[in-house]
Amino acid sequence: MSSRRIFARPARFAAITPYVWMVLFFLVPFAFVLKISLSQTAIAQPPYEPVFDLTAGWEALKAAFSALSIDNFRLLASDDIYVFAYVRSLTVAATATALLLLIGYPIAYGMARLPKRWRAVAMVLVIVPFWTSFLIRIYAWINILQHDGLLNQILLALHLVSQPVVWLSTDTAMYIGIVYSYLPFMILPLYATLAKMEPVLEEAAGDLGAPPWQVFWLVTFPLSLPGIGAGVLLCFIPIVGEFVIPDLLAGSNSLMIGQTLWLEFFTNKDWPVASAAAVVLLVVLLVPLLLYERLQKRQLEQGR
Amino acid sequence: MTDELPNIDAGADALPVAGQPLLRIENVAKTFGTFRAVDGVSLDIKAGEFFALLGPSGCGKTTLLRMLAGFEAPDGGRILLDGKDIAQALPHERPINMMFQNYALFPHLSVRDNIAFGLKRAGLARGEIATRVAEMVALVKLEGLEKRKPDQLSGGQRQRVALARALARRPKLLLLDEPLAALDKKLRESTQGELMELQRRLGMTFIIVTHDQEEAMTMASRIGVMKSGKLAQVAPPRELYEAPRSRWIAEFVGDINLFDGESRLRDGHRLVIGTRDAGALVVAEPREPLGAGKFSVAIRPEKVRLSRRGPVSEAGHETALNRLDGAIADICYLGGTTTYKVRLDTGGMIEASVANSARLDVDAYSLNQHVVAWFTPDDCVVLPS
Repeated sequence: MSSRRIFARPARFAAITPYVWMVLFFLVPFAFVLKISLSQTAIAQPPYEPVFDLTAGWEALKAAFSALSIDNFRLLASDDIYVFAYVRSLTVAATATALLLLIGYPIAYGMARLPKRWRAVAMVLVIVPFWTSFLIRIYAWINILQHDGLLNQILLALHLVSQPVVWLSTDTAMYIGIVYSYLPFMILPLYATLAKMEPVLEEAAGDLGAPPWQVFWLVTFPLSLPGIGAGVLLCFIPIVGEFVIPDLLAGSNSLMIGQTLWLEFFTNKDWPVASAAAVVLLVVLLVPLLLYERLQKRQLEQGR
Repeated sequence: MTDELPNIDAGADALPVAGQPLLRIENVAKTFGTFRAVDGVSLDIKAGEFFALLGPSGCGKTTLLRMLAGFEAPDGGRILLDGKDIAQALPHERPINMMFQNYALFPHLSVRDNIAFGLKRAGLARGEIATRVAEMVALVKLEGLEKRKPDQLSGGQRQRVALARALARRPKLLLLDEPLAALDKKLRESTQGELMELQRRLGMTFIIVTHDQEEAMTMASRIGVMKSGKLAQVAPPRELYEAPRSRWIAEFVGDINLFDGESRLRDGHRLVIGTRDAGALVVAEPREPLGAGKFSVAIRPEKVRLSRRGPVSEAGHETALNRLDGAIADICYLGGTTTYKVRLDTGGMIEASVANSARLDVDAYSLNQHVVAWFTPDDCVVLPS
């Protein structure tokens, strides 16, 4: 018996596992959602029709199939509420990601240039907030930002404002919350690429006549692009679908797509429209996701 | 070929003033925490010199080089380039370029863009840059590889790109930090030759940092040996090897036999030195008179000659010779030479390096064979310990 046979089976099993996982926990649920998005709402249990009943026989199944329609997607396209929600989601995500990059880059750069023994400390400081529940941290921000909260008290004490500023239920509060929550996702990939970069490359650029800002633009920045790409996508994609932060910190006059989904599901009990909105969101996010995939692949190829 | 082209950074005022060194390092010091990396170094370097800073790791040679490049600011002292103090100038403000130890090529740029990097920063016109890059590519024989990225090049090719990139701006001073350390032996030797040829042809001033004494000896016209942040000796290779100033330098540069002196006696222009391990040795009187401290007699292995019965008569006057009897204790065959360790009857050991001038080993000595090791007084030096 050759040794190859012994090892072939577990290896193949290991290779199949991620696909099984994807099919079971991504493709199958997505098929459900897609099917619901093509159904119509109904006052029933489950609250939509048609329902595929495998016991009802072939004809019934065929009838159910023909009852599916893309009406919900037409509705999404025609109703401003949904279009606005998508546009707002993308705008908020883009703005927040830009802010995250602006704030996260210097932090990551500073961390990467720390002496080795301090880097681990800095890393822990970035990660430690994760040990507290996400919801508690957002509620803490509500506390800080409210009328007589910490921020207003400090501003008043420093005589920077004469009366309390309204922070809560504003976009500012929402951006504070998003940037605060997602900062580690921006910092960590940036840090990883910047720490890998040899500082001697920056010295070489300086030596060849580049003043510090050119050193950054011509060497540091292009070499950190993989980290920037990873950080941007890691933040942008989940922020588009963000629900909790805008719901707790932003005003209710303009909703992000996550909030719209929630409304459709739980307030309007319109599962089909909510599912259709989710499918569209997924398709919209597929573009940056594929970009991210390609980027990772390129990085792997370069790292060989 | 480059003589008529102006230096980008230096301009017309670059002509060195007669008698004034291109680079003057005055009492430069640098401390990291409590560690004195460079401790009051003063050194003049003339235009057109190929100067080597040699020393063991941690001796401060790299720190000194980094201060010349502007990556470290000295804590004290002045660095004058053409009479202008540049000690506090930033790297990009200095007409000095550096070739980095591991080349530090920009991985995201092609060979061409790596070489053009410094030229673009100097604000040269496009056409001028293209000409200059082509010139550099030809100079380091990289034709056809201009579009490659550094990771698509061999070690030797990367080294050439690094050299071309550093030379492209025609710096007044080129610093080379262990430029050949990453190359294998054969390539290193041929590259040494090319570097020397290049330096001579361009008439540029090179300062090379190396821990490899052979490399320094081969290439440099003058060597500065550094020890614990100080310059221990600055001399041409031959003087450094034949007339080291201290026991430490003698041991650091090449192999050497050392015998601790116990007594001395003047005899005309000679000194007779009593040693514990090798008996009385006759040596030439040192140029600088010996101080009161300890001293030793030093003799290079290749200057120790071996014979079966003693020196052949033509080799000189019997009285002017040091003659030590012993037996072969160890043989190390190195191809071109063989190193014999001889246990002397007086108790010490002496190493002799003998050229294998004949292919057949009729002249070779065998283990435990009785031999006479001999050398003339002029072949030894007396060194303070």
